[in-house]
Amino acid sequence: MLLNELTLKEAQAGLREKKFTSVDLTQACLHRIKERNPQLNAFITVCEKTALEEAKKADELFAKNEAQPLTGIPFSVKDAICTAGVLSTGAAKILENYTPPFDATVIKKIRSQGAVLIGKNNCDAFGHGASNENSMFGPVKNPVNLDKVAGGSSGGSAAAVADNMCIFAIAEDTGGSIRQPASFCGVVGLRPSYGRNSRFGIMPMASSFDTVGPMTKTVEDMSIVMKAIAGQDPLDATTVPDSVSDYTGELSGDIKGLRVGIPKEYFDTAGIDEEVRMLCEKQIKELENQGAKIVDVSLPMTKYAVATYYVLVPSEVSSNFGRLDGVRYGVRSPEDNLFDVYAKSREIGFPEEVKRRILIGTYALSAGYYDAYYKKAQQVRTLIRRDFDRVFSEVDVLLTPTSPFPAFGLGEKASDPIALYLADIFVSPASSAGIPGISVPSGVTKAGLPVGVQIMGPRLSEGLIMKVANKIIKK
Amino acid sequence: MSLTIEDVRKIAQLARIKLTPEEEKRHAVTISSVLEFVKTLNEIDTADVEPTAQVTGLEDVVREDLARDCEYKKELLSQMPVVSGDLLKVPAVFSDSEDVI
Repeated sequence: MLLNELTLKEAQAGLREKKFTSVDLTQACLHRIKERNPQLNAFITVCEKTALEEAKKADELFAKNEAQPLTGIPFSVKDAICTAGVLSTGAAKILENYTPPFDATVIKKIRSQGAVLIGKNNCDAFGHGASNENSMFGPVKNPVNLDKVAGGSSGGSAAAVADNMCIFAIAEDTGGSIRQPASFCGVVGLRPSYGRNSRFGIMPMASSFDTVGPMTKTVEDMSIVMKAIAGQDPLDATTVPDSVSDYTGELSGDIKGLRVGIPKEYFDTAGIDEEVRMLCEKQIKELENQGAKIVDVSLPMTKYAVATYYVLVPSEVSSNFGRLDGVRYGVRSPEDNLFDVYAKSREIGFPEEVKRRILIGTYALSAGYYDAYYKKAQQVRTLIRRDFDRVFSEVDVLLTPTSPFPAFGLGEKASDPIALYLADIFVSPASSAGIPGISVPSGVTKAGLPVGVQIMGPRLSEGLIMKVANKIIKK
Repeated sequence: MSLTIEDVRKIAQLARIKLTPEEEKRHAVTISSVLEFVKTLNEIDTADVEPTAQVTGLEDVVREDLARDCEYKKELLSQMPVVSGDLLKVPAVFSDSEDVI
């Protein structure tokens, strides 16, 4: 087995037992990137030189017995997350030359343990998309089938983990951007509860929805990374003070008597792929065999979640993206007057989907339309939250498909924004409610495409949903 | 709700984005369809429902009001598109193009 194919847990053990060095492990990942990135386009930046330097430093920590859980582990980061001294473009031309002087808090925590930053992952520009076709650096291809999308927006991160170009990745999930590509590429992806992980240093998309989470090869790996990054941050006032659990410890034990809710709306949806439904039903049976109590539940607001999301998110986007104007950083179009500097820099700097969302949000928030669109959607968001609150008084967790279908073809949904928005139908409700959700591989279709199952739980139930996800059988 | 090309131009002006004529045409169609799609929310009775602006329930999170030095002054300056010494240079805000520095 090649070193880059190891899980985080296995890599930790090998480094600790001095079976190989961090330099060996890092070289194995760099080699894989060199071999595969020309086809997959999963990386915008590869930190070859600095990664090897960081790996050497990590090996010194091992020599001095000062290693921590993530010391020497090569990881990659979505390009919409700031990394000190490393180009962070957000996959958009307006920041194609932007090198942040600081690390996002979650990245700082990981790097302070001596982990090795191996590169920056391609994504839909600033997280706008569900297929990774809205990157201004070209689409990411699915490692399982190069004619299919990797999913989005964190498609590069999902492809990098699935294709063993890194040991784990850090990405961002606003409305499904970690979970959906995780399901398309066959890796584990966790959207934490809003407020669990710091958002400081994340390029903001929709501030009341944005979360940062890991993408890993196994659920156990997920628990290790989450333990390292979760917690309150004085630089993000929306992080919660609740203590961080020992997530890995919580994975053990059985699920006898655990109440698993099956929301009928997620299985009755028009357009759900028959093989996806069957693979999920197989997992429900599996959990039942392990002693879980399966309960049919209803979340009637499910069908309104995408519409709610596509009012609120563009509204927040239109406000947040005011900062990207070519004035203080990034690419400035050299115009004679200030208005043209803004308008031209944004014209050349954003892809069409980002422009569309800014325009939708500008419209929804403009005088005369605010109540009809923004306030209405905020009220429906309350009803979505109430749906989950009620259901979590009846069950402990929910099991659903992550996506109604496996990875679709490149270009297949590119010209119809609503068809692409609807790809988020099973992942956007948790985003609106601020609850955690994890996508875990649960088998492949006859065509060999991965299918993910999503486990959702009440706020701050990351430990519990990882435990349940860990019981899902891969094949 | 159907947006005209004129509507799109007006929104783009407010949003400070220049669009090509082709983009204006495409956005008029696609944004109209999104607005039509989100109209489904009107099927729901939301009378007396409080709007949700945030999900954590945290309130009045404050820190001590202390001045802090910027650790990265030099690096931030190096990211600016045009500088003059330690100052960011931009076209004049209140003047015609002739007066641009």
